[in-house]
Amino acid sequence: MAPTFFFYLFSVVLIFCAAMVVSARNPVHSVLFLIGAFFNAAALFLMAGAEFLAFILVIVYVGAVAVLFLFVVMMLDIDFEQLRSGLQRYLPVGIAVGALLLVELGVVIVGWQFHPAAAGVRFVPAPVGLSNTAALGEILYTKYLLPFQAAGLVLLVAMIGAIVLTLRERKSSRHQRIAAQTARSPGETLEMLDIALGAGVGAADIRRPPVAEPEAEPATAGHHGGGH
Amino acid sequence: MAVSVGHFLVVSAILLVLGVFGIFLNRKNVIVILMSIELILLAVNLNLVAFSGALGDLAGQVMAMFVLTVAAAEAAIGLAIVVVYFRNRGSIQVEDVNLMKG
Repeated sequence: MAPTFFFYLFSVVLIFCAAMVVSARNPVHSVLFLIGAFFNAAALFLMAGAEFLAFILVIVYVGAVAVLFLFVVMMLDIDFEQLRSGLQRYLPVGIAVGALLLVELGVVIVGWQFHPAAAGVRFVPAPVGLSNTAALGEILYTKYLLPFQAAGLVLLVAMIGAIVLTLRERKSSRHQRIAAQTARSPGETLEMLDIALGAGVGAADIRRPPVAEPEAEPATAGHHGGGH
Repeated sequence: MAVSVGHFLVVSAILLVLGVFGIFLNRKNVIVILMSIELILLAVNLNLVAFSGALGDLAGQVMAMFVLTVAAAEAAIGLAIVVVYFRNRGSIQVEDVNLMKG
């Protein structure tokens, strides 16, 4: 009795949160309801026996993805009321498509059943006497090694893509130009001179090589150039 | 009446329909559209996990993990595009996006 009660509790809260995500006026509230939906979905995962995925859902989704949404919503200065202006126009077609989809899914859900031989064609039968996390770890690094690495590659590409997209060059930034540094040759900056004995360096007319000085540093030029 | 696969199927079907409905309802707000896509992927994961638990097959949970990975990557890239677009245009109206056509 208790599992059924908790299932209905989590399901109802999940569906309520999902409905509020799509219909909340303020997108910040949408994100907060999304977090609620993820929590309840994690509880449902637990009830279905997928403990590891439930924890991953809470850690990765609530901890990272939802917070990312929250950052973007709060960072961008958006007039959200104006974005909702076309709501009445899109409501009928949304309801029509949603109802159609719901009816189709209902037909599928009412009429399905497991094939009698379904238990015989399992890819990876769950091992007995092993916790969910241990069992997943055993197959993830053996049977599913290649897709697992590909998933890591997807995340790497996503990270690089997000950085490349949002990085912008600031004119005032004084970042290191590594290419210019490593391409320097000693001949450009170094000159060997023979100084006559007792003549002193001043007689050799030593001066700095002409540098393409950025005009942003007039204050320090006198300090450096005062020696010769 | 114990909890069966059918219960999970009903919940995830409603979740998926709500996600699709959200995409139609918030046609102008890209951020809510991205959140609706997250809801749809969550419904998919719920289905995978429910069948995995009922059949005792771990492949469904592995697949759900890959779905989570791709969804996280998609959210990151989508939000980056939103930020860049907002920087250039000062708005995130999806209806303006057809200006990007080549």
